[in-house]
Amino acid sequence: MNYLLHPLILVTFFPLLGSLALLFIKPEKKNTIRWVALITSLLTFIFSLLMLAQFNANNPNIQMEIDNPWINVAGWNINFHIGVDGLSILLILLTTLLTPISILSTWTAIDKRVKDFMIFFLLLETGMIGVFIALDLFLFYVFWEFTLVPMYLLIGIWGGPRRIYAAIKFFLYTMAGSILMLLAILWLGIRQGTFSVPELIASGANIPVYIQIWLFLAFAAAFAIKVPMWPLHSWLPDAHVQAPTAGSVILAGVMLKMGTYGFLRFNIPMFPNAAIKLAPWMALFAVIGILYGAAVSYAQKDVKKLVAYSSVSHLGFVMLGLFALNPQGIQGGILQMVNHGLSTGALFLLVGMIYERRHTRDMDAFGGLWKAMPVYGALTLIVTLSSMGLPGLNGFVGEFTILLGSFGSKAIGSPWFAGFAAIGVILAAVYLLFMFQKLFLGPLDKEENKILKDLNAREIITMVPLLILIFWIGLYPKPFFALMAPAVDKLVAALQTAATIAMH
Amino acid sequence: MTTTDLLSVFPLLILILWACLVLLLDVFLKRERLTTILTAIGLVVTLGFSISQNNLNLTGFNNMVVVDNFAVYLNIIFLGSGLLAISLAHDYLKRMGINRGEFYVLLMFSISGMMLMAIAADLIVFFLALELLSIPLYVLAAFARPRVESEEAGMKYFLLGAFSGGFVVYGIALVFGATATTNLSGIAARIAEHQADIPLLTIGAALILVGFSFKVAVVPFQMWTPDVYHGAPSAVTAFMAIGAKAAGFAALMRIFVAALPTLSEQITPIIWVLAALTMIVGNIVAVAQSNIKRMLAYSSIAHAGYILMALVSYGQSSVASVSVSAALFYLLSYAVTNFGAWAVVIAVEKAEGKGLALDDYAGIGRKYPALAAAMAIFMLSFTGVPPTLGFVGKFYLFRAVIDGGYIGLAVIGVLTSLISAFYYLRVVVIMYMRDGEPEVRSEPWLNLTTAFTAIATIVLSIFSAPILQWASQAILSTF
Repeated sequence: MNYLLHPLILVTFFPLLGSLALLFIKPEKKNTIRWVALITSLLTFIFSLLMLAQFNANNPNIQMEIDNPWINVAGWNINFHIGVDGLSILLILLTTLLTPISILSTWTAIDKRVKDFMIFFLLLETGMIGVFIALDLFLFYVFWEFTLVPMYLLIGIWGGPRRIYAAIKFFLYTMAGSILMLLAILWLGIRQGTFSVPELIASGANIPVYIQIWLFLAFAAAFAIKVPMWPLHSWLPDAHVQAPTAGSVILAGVMLKMGTYGFLRFNIPMFPNAAIKLAPWMALFAVIGILYGAAVSYAQKDVKKLVAYSSVSHLGFVMLGLFALNPQGIQGGILQMVNHGLSTGALFLLVGMIYERRHTRDMDAFGGLWKAMPVYGALTLIVTLSSMGLPGLNGFVGEFTILLGSFGSKAIGSPWFAGFAAIGVILAAVYLLFMFQKLFLGPLDKEENKILKDLNAREIITMVPLLILIFWIGLYPKPFFALMAPAVDKLVAALQTAATIAMH
Repeated sequence: MTTTDLLSVFPLLILILWACLVLLLDVFLKRERLTTILTAIGLVVTLGFSISQNNLNLTGFNNMVVVDNFAVYLNIIFLGSGLLAISLAHDYLKRMGINRGEFYVLLMFSISGMMLMAIAADLIVFFLALELLSIPLYVLAAFARPRVESEEAGMKYFLLGAFSGGFVVYGIALVFGATATTNLSGIAARIAEHQADIPLLTIGAALILVGFSFKVAVVPFQMWTPDVYHGAPSAVTAFMAIGAKAAGFAALMRIFVAALPTLSEQITPIIWVLAALTMIVGNIVAVAQSNIKRMLAYSSIAHAGYILMALVSYGQSSVASVSVSAALFYLLSYAVTNFGAWAVVIAVEKAEGKGLALDDYAGIGRKYPALAAAMAIFMLSFTGVPPTLGFVGKFYLFRAVIDGGYIGLAVIGVLTSLISAFYYLRVVVIMYMRDGEPEVRSEPWLNLTTAFTAIATIVLSIFSAPILQWASQAILSTF
């Protein structure tokens, strides 16, 4: 019975409970369904705050751990092993925050098959949180792969005109990487005799380096596609553009972070020597992604596509920070994961709001919107500035810390990577301001745009929590860094030990 | 005949006698409903006796049969499949106008052949079992006569079945020539004493492998499968896809793992190539299918490849038991998923072979959400996406392969399951993302089967430990 009230169990499985409850509501009662889903996700958010209250930020180790035997027969050693530490807690909170916001954003946007939508959405939340709390590779893989199914259905049923193509591409692309990771998981499970992540981390440095590199690459196949790292990003524009708004928010806000989190939780600590060896390469691909994503964003006419490609660029920063393999870089990387979730999530919400009104996302169809929709314009301006890293807003803190970390990183070995990444910051300003200008400035010359209604109360409510956090992190990031710092320091210390052992 | 002899074949005897009795009753009473119920009772009673044989480890008739946990496990799968087949068939046969009592009798005879296969420990008994299980299936495949497809299916199955039977007999003859015995324990002893003619034995073993490869539909011996699966009545196909396959693998595992591990040097490369080919061809050709029965036929070929993959490392004594239990677990997970999928096919199928195109599934997601959800679960399970039985099955299977050191084959296995994701997901796409006005047959037993298998697919994947435990205790007796 104790387990049922355990904060992590509650946070993870409460949405599942909500989706089961939805099964018993008649599909015609759309509003009831929406309210049940919203309340479920809000309660989940409250549970996640309770989890935060119990979390001891000074403790670098796994907390609120549950480690129960699950499949311990026939030579298997699979446990139901979950827990939270400084690396994962912010991402769990991000997930539980973005889910109710997304559900609220669908209030009028999703009108067909509301019941199915909400069921899949809540299932997706359980899957995503499961990914962040799993400390057993088998359990992790179950959650990881499971998230594909509801997201695939969300894109495929409620998406845009090319939704089926986008959904299948999303599924196959991500599964291609995952199954290679599955083989590596099996190899580890057989050779090391355990699927427990902490145990594998403890014994990781003992694996010969060339095998570590193979395992690193197999795991990286799954994570790099998810992030997505250049050149494995081609599923992302399709999936993002075709997905319904709420799907895009979750996809960009949380699911991409599952990839970067994977690198942080598994690749770097489990195969430390390989991580150190491959860090310059990862940094190279990250920087190419930053510049490529920015350049392609600039070329887009579709606002949603622009935002989608900007994710490639922003996630490049996260990867660069993580593979700096020093405390600043990794802390910046984690914070930037959260920042990207907030800013890009907010951007997708804003794009969704205008799409709902005009049913187009072509930038040429707009112009001068500020006059028609001042509140909308002001909110978009703040979010745009946050996304391009204006000091005082959240994006700046993350990117600056990452650049600082990667500039002095021994693992990457050259300050040039940080130098080129800094160009990406400038490019981000270019394409984002270009977008803002196209939408909001200039004459309000299109008849359809003159009659647009400004945001209603519900839409403003969806934005408020994101804006608060954008300012909070921008002005006073200390509590956020404090949550992750001990865990990051522990990770970096373990890396250094592994490196020195390998040298002798 | 001693008591042990009698005990070892007791469930089999019960089933065969019961089948004869039901045949007579059916002829004189002409009441199909009664026949259905009696058959179900017979299967349940036999199932009870089979379960009671667990852990007994009997041998009978001078080592010609052996009842170990391996056999018990498989017998339970066979009898369970029989019960599920009845629940699918009884309404289906009526609907298609082919409700004849022989169906149930033939089903019981076929199951008894499968049970004999599971306990066989002598090559002659294997052949006997092969024929006993196949001949009723030939008739069942043609059961929807005078529909041409069904007659063609029966004929084709019979011809190729007889052909493959020839391979088995010839292989047995050569093995006998090489070792002077047909008894598996005798063969193992001869090899151990270095009194066997190894080249001749290898050729014989390879021929036996070929013969059973026909039965389990391994590429390049799969040609009959799509036509037979397509032409046979769906309830028969559902049963055949599990029963015949499981029986074929039972024979392969018993003969190769228990009696001929010493030949692994020669046989393993053959199995490697067969498994790889089967997974590649089965999955790629399935992509091109627009008829659900043909698609499931190719999918069953592909799954035979996955199971065969477990046998690649059969010669390594440390891995062999893991391989066998992985294959057994996979058979069970495939059986559950497969029956579920066929139950949905039967629900959508109309008379005259209508309602079998993939396009006929359009709009099911909206109109029949429960049925669509079940089908989606089965498709995801076939693909191997967690949390489904298919995923757990593949997980254990790939473990056996990686444990044996065949990483290349494992990579082929996962890449082909990626291909399979494409055509399994297409069913989901059509059900949920296309509009249509499907008509679906709703009948209590059919719905019950669908619901039961769908729930089992999810729940057993989360609580797979007891089944895995059971499968891992289902070890072959060694000779």
